[in-house]
Amino acid sequence: MKLSRRDFFGAAGVGAAGAVALGAGSWAAGRDAEPATATAAAGQDAVEFHGDRQAGIVTPAQDRLHFVSFDVITDDRDALVRLLQDWTTAARRMTRGQDAGPVGAVQGNEYAPPDDTGEALGLPPAGLTLTIGFGPTLFRTADGTDRFGLADRQPAALVELPAFAGDLIDPTISGGDLCIQACADDPQVAVHAVRNLARIGVGLVSVRWSQLGFGRTSSTSSDQVTPRNLFGFKDGTDNLKAEQPATLDRFVWVSGTESWMDGGSYLVSRKIRMLVEVWDRQNLRDQQQTIGRTKGSGAPLGQRGEFDPVDFTTQVEGDVAVPPTSHVFLAHPTNSGTAILRRGYSFVDGSDGLGRLDAGLFFLCYQSDPETGFVQVQRNLRTDKLNEYVQHTSSAVFACPPGVTGDDDWWGSGLFG
Amino acid sequence: MYARKTSLVAAGAASLALLAACGGGSSAGGSGSEASDDIAVSATDTTCDVDATELDAGTHQFTVTNTGSSTTEFYLYAEGDRIMGEVENIAPGVARTLLVELPAGEYQAACKPGMVGDGIRNALTVTGESQQLSDDEQLQTAVEDYTRYVGSQTTALREQTQAFVDAVNAGDVATAQGLYQVARTYFERIEPVAESFGDLDPRIDARENDVEEGGTWTGFHVLERDLWQTGDLSASGPVADQLMTDVDDLVTRVQTLELQPLDLANGALGLLDEIASSKITGEEERYSRTDLWDFQANLDGSQTAIASLRPVIAEADPDLAAALDSAFAATQADLAQFASGDGFLLYTELTTEQLQGLSDSINALAAQVSQVPAVVAG
Ligand code: HEM
Ligand SMILES: [Cu+2]
Repeated sequence: MKLSRRDFFGAAGVGAAGAVALGAGSWAAGRDAEPATATAAAGQDAVEFHGDRQAGIVTPAQDRLHFVSFDVITDDRDALVRLLQDWTTAARRMTRGQDAGPVGAVQGNEYAPPDDTGEALGLPPAGLTLTIGFGPTLFRTADGTDRFGLADRQPAALVELPAFAGDLIDPTISGGDLCIQACADDPQVAVHAVRNLARIGVGLVSVRWSQLGFGRTSSTSSDQVTPRNLFGFKDGTDNLKAEQPATLDRFVWVSGTESWMDGGSYLVSRKIRMLVEVWDRQNLRDQQQTIGRTKGSGAPLGQRGEFDPVDFTTQVEGDVAVPPTSHVFLAHPTNSGTAILRRGYSFVDGSDGLGRLDAGLFFLCYQSDPETGFVQVQRNLRTDKLNEYVQHTSSAVFACPPGVTGDDDWWGSGLFG
Repeated sequence: MYARKTSLVAAGAASLALLAACGGGSSAGGSGSEASDDIAVSATDTTCDVDATELDAGTHQFTVTNTGSSTTEFYLYAEGDRIMGEVENIAPGVARTLLVELPAGEYQAACKPGMVGDGIRNALTVTGESQQLSDDEQLQTAVEDYTRYVGSQTTALREQTQAFVDAVNAGDVATAQGLYQVARTYFERIEPVAESFGDLDPRIDARENDVEEGGTWTGFHVLERDLWQTGDLSASGPVADQLMTDVDDLVTRVQTLELQPLDLANGALGLLDEIASSKITGEEERYSRTDLWDFQANLDGSQTAIASLRPVIAEADPDLAAALDSAFAATQADLAQFASGDGFLLYTELTTEQLQGLSDSINALAAQVSQVPAVVAG
């Protein structure tokens, strides 16, 4: 499948699905108040939890991330269902800026541990979204066991990712039965949410790995300013955006499968170490030729403005402006034949014992099928000049179901129902 | 195990011709000028007597006799340790000759008993007419010199790979293990050149995880696994033969290599980046653990490329030239701490602190080398 840019951007529509903002009410006085409709400052509002689609996918990318992957450690299907219901209730509350439980962090019995951990007291909802995904091993363990009677509901698209050239995957920070992506404009709000879900799940799930992201590296709405990644380049310019519903329907949302996944999306996570020390000593010209865009404005090489279309035929001094080994050349739909919605975050996890920052991109992307999404793009990046400076160290894939539609609905109702 | 045999490193004036007469060595493609003299060099384990301190500009022959008990090397350095000529691998009791053209200038002649360290050095002054080259001529000379270096390295690579492949095909594990790092040294010194031929570098040098699912893993590291991990060479023959074919291919393609001055600068940095990004983590030689041999080869290759450009750098930015000299010397010394016998300690024998020290040293050097492209681009 080859696409032209026209197929792509002709389809732009209006309205960001699932991103209806609610006012944050009396959060400043505590997190136990019901949401009000007063508008709060940008970055503090609540994002509606209910909807046909899960929030946290095309929702304008918030600034911070806490991502967690769980192993389910119970074999009791009913207990797992109850957990998903409890989680949904807590998620509904926390995304509104309330305590995780009905009692609250400080209001309960003095002799009982509180049902909220308390570190978000006084903080606004901060745009928190909680997005759940189910990993292939929930349906069938690595040795083929169908623990929860879900094997016949495993979507064909939900299979472990293949190994790619140059991968250096650490299995201890890869995979998982369940994941929660918590995004917010305040890091403490995101961490608070993950921590409380983990607390609620004690004895049923075990944290397999988790990742903090301190800054977004993509835009998912054309209203957003494009952020920069740790290589200093604008990242997210040519991302799929909330304003292109037809394009999203084609590349991001699952449809027509007549299964519990219709209205959902597949999430691929890749922790990508960026060798920033090596990158920082490359000359500016080489950096730009590696990405295929200019570092200042973010314009494609050979063009002037950030949002000017990439043109692979433009020449500069007799050479094609965007080198065929550049990241943008190989990742662009014209050459990859597909599109994905990127929603990654920068991380710095201390240092690596060799005098180098352990820094990089926690790459997240959503697509209607991993095989024709991430896998197809990543295979096309085999000759990417960027590969000299990055290394993929963790990998996971999850099926994210459609949204929770109301107070009676819960995460996974379609799958387990 | 670490024995560089026939390396010729030449850098200098446009008319410079360098012919080395070391065992099995290739000539460096010079003009074939003849020497009018024969300067005796007497090398022992502790001394290096050079039978001259002053020379006229022109072509000279040195005959190095090793009367010591360990293998030695002989180098002629110009300013900044730019190698004007070298004789490698001079075994005890052996005499070898070096033919080199020296323009006027200050040089150092050095013997390196045991093949490690700075060597025992003697000052050598060459007088006569010195040439003034234009900037463009200097750059062109640098490219010619480095291209010649690449040619001699690939020639040696072919010979050593053939010996290695023969040992693999003969099922001789011990001999093949001994030759593995010798052959690889010639490859690692000029790896950026191989990289410029796209698929050749992965075919020759891919690590297991460099290959995508369903792809075929070929090259040195497959044989490394067979030699060190499984010790089973029964299925290695086709891999060895393919390696030979790919190395032959590299040698052929290098003959029409057209480098630009910037390629030298970027290649020098690329070699250090190789160490800093994947070699320092021990990913390269994960079965043989001979990673430090690769460090040395990458470092030497980088230094040679920069040395070729040194006259250009020294003219444009003398401070940078001096900083490069001391940074290369410092990193060479840092690495030399881990020399052992004719080679190095294994990667796994270094502590985390020692590895971090090497990493810091490489990064400091690379910071200096990263200034060179802007100087070369003018
Ligand atoms: C650390 C690793 C990476 C860095 C630093 C990086 C950086 C960038 C930058 C700076 C851009 C240009 C701005 C933009 O259009 O958003 C870009 C575009 C893009 N990247 Fe990446 N990227 C990385 C990894 C990946 C991976 C793993 C994939 C997918 C397999 C990917 C897919 C894309 C796509 C699809 C585009 C848009 C290309 C276009 O339509 O022009 N990137 N990336
Ligand atoms: Cu290598």
